Amino acid sequence: MRKISFKQAIIEAYDEELARDPTVFIMGEDIGKYWGGAQGDLQGLQEKYGPERIRETPISETAILGGAIGAAVTGLRPVAFMYFCDFLGIAGDEIINQLTKLRYMFGGKAKIPVTIPVYSGAGVSAAAQHSKCLEGMFMSVPGLKIVTPSTAYDAKGLLKSAIRDDNPVMFFERTVFNLSRNKSEVPEEEYTIPLGKADVKRKGSDVTVVAIGTMVHRALAAAATLEKKGISVEVIDPRTLVPLDKQAILDSVKKTGRLAIMDEEPKTGSAAAEIAAIVCEEGFDLLKAPIQRVCAPDTPVPFSPVLEKFWMPDEENLISAIEKIT
Amino acid sequence: MDIPKEKMIDMYRKMLRIRGFEERTRKEFAAGNIPGFVHLYSGEEATAVGACGPLRNDDYITSTHRGHGHLIAKGGRSDRMMAELYGKKTGYNKGKGGSMHIAEMELGILGANGVVGGGIPIAGGAALSAKMRGTDQVAVCFLGDGATNTSRFHEGVNLAACWKLPIVYLIENNMYAECTHVSRVCNLPNIADRACAYGIPGVTVDGNDVLAVYEAVAEAVARARKGEGPTLVETKTYRYHGHFEGDPCNYQPEEEMAEWKKKDPIVRYRKQLIDMGVLTEEEATKIEQEIDQEIDEAVKFAEESPYPAPEEALEDVYA
Repeated sequence: MRKISFKQAIIEAYDEELARDPTVFIMGEDIGKYWGGAQGDLQGLQEKYGPERIRETPISETAILGGAIGAAVTGLRPVAFMYFCDFLGIAGDEIINQLTKLRYMFGGKAKIPVTIPVYSGAGVSAAAQHSKCLEGMFMSVPGLKIVTPSTAYDAKGLLKSAIRDDNPVMFFERTVFNLSRNKSEVPEEEYTIPLGKADVKRKGSDVTVVAIGTMVHRALAAAATLEKKGISVEVIDPRTLVPLDKQAILDSVKKTGRLAIMDEEPKTGSAAAEIAAIVCEEGFDLLKAPIQRVCAPDTPVPFSPVLEKFWMPDEENLISAIEKIT
Repeated sequence: MDIPKEKMIDMYRKMLRIRGFEERTRKEFAAGNIPGFVHLYSGEEATAVGACGPLRNDDYITSTHRGHGHLIAKGGRSDRMMAELYGKKTGYNKGKGGSMHIAEMELGILGANGVVGGGIPIAGGAALSAKMRGTDQVAVCFLGDGATNTSRFHEGVNLAACWKLPIVYLIENNMYAECTHVSRVCNLPNIADRACAYGIPGVTVDGNDVLAVYEAVAEAVARARKGEGPTLVETKTYRYHGHFEGDPCNYQPEEEMAEWKKKDPIVRYRKQLIDMGVLTEEEATKIEQEIDQEIDEAVKFAEESPYPAPEEALEDVYA
């Protein structure tokens, strides 16, 4: 199968959806012919679809996201390009009070099909204002769907589904993936991946690791190391945090009896915290050992590579957590 | 300006409907029959009705926390609105939104909004959508004087101006943002003067003169439909009640209130209609009685309607 980069997979997903549905358009800062998005994840699209549909905006996050809401409730399918997820706070009211509440408050009258792609995650020394993930925080905002792919294949299939979904979908692209030159297998032919379906990235029998985004690759590396020590690790990538494929996680824990969750957000109030709570509540009897959360410390993301490396959960952190429970 | 007679009478009817709805809401709220918060529009009727007068059914509006007047002016029914205020299933939003969130897509009402300035970018998006879909629909964004100090006002108006979106920003300057007088928070005599910062026209009109508001908005709507972009229209008006029902209102001086009541928009318009020969005294009285009766029936409809089933709280989060 051909191999492409994560970024190329994203561009292809947009390209195919823009071609498929004339109501799809993208608006945001610097997404046109010069940059094609700050991480190049929209390169070539304005040349192909023109400035009306690849619509460059002023630096006005509330106007972008609020405008997307107004366009969505009147029949279009906008992609509101918001740069780094750290900047979502600028349009906080649009997300917390408008996008996710209008349909409900209107008694179900409006559909709000808005996709919000954002850069996210640490690992490139971008310092605290360009490195967050925020999935856990937004999991407590009913009305949003949250997608967080870890591979080019998943990114393409999930982004296409996000754009077609009739609800607001926040789509977290890890900066480390966008900037990576690594290529992985993505078929030429069209496909989509449904939101709410986890993927078992590696099968195992002794311990379940639920890993998110960048952490999926670290969990896979740790699993390879642990295999040599005779510990069989199953790695589950939820791919979407809302809706969350609880059953896939519970099924795996039923088999292994042990669970570690790897998430690069601070532990308090994280997606890992929610997953741990679900398994405690619905799968307590399946557990042979306490759940381990391998998360970042409760601090902002530091800048210096030395500090950032220490801050981000890694293979060693996961291995020592697993060794405690096996 | 040449406004058809039927339209002029319909505007009178709508102004009366707003006043009747609001005064009755005040009474029922005080009696404990309406839950939550309500913000009344009495005194500002000429603004909503004058602004919606030039609009078509398929044009859009976004409204505010003080939205009852806008909704009625855009064609909202008093019975379904009252039922929504009562939290009943027959309300416009099935009892899910209440006073501050009434929406009706078929009338182009994209929702009242409980957050000051919340509608500004949404109205911009609706205008963008109209433009991209190749229609000649326009959006009227109602906002108060207070909302013009939010960051969204700058972002929204600037973007609409740069993209020449078909939108009219209708700034209802009722002098008070909650209990803060506009002169303490805006360093201009007229808020519409801010239009020059965006390179668009801005006009200030007497917000208690329904025909003056109609004329200013009709001109702005015509510009918008022709693709010439947004306009700021500021209407100077006054609210007869507090920011919310229950507000002690210790900041609105009695003399100020008395002065504005001399300029009551409904009394003025009634006199104009009779002077112009559009209505006779008897016809005007008959319309007033009909509206009184309609409001009685709206309250009866709300009272007699069922509540939603409790489990409906779980519905309508996702499409």
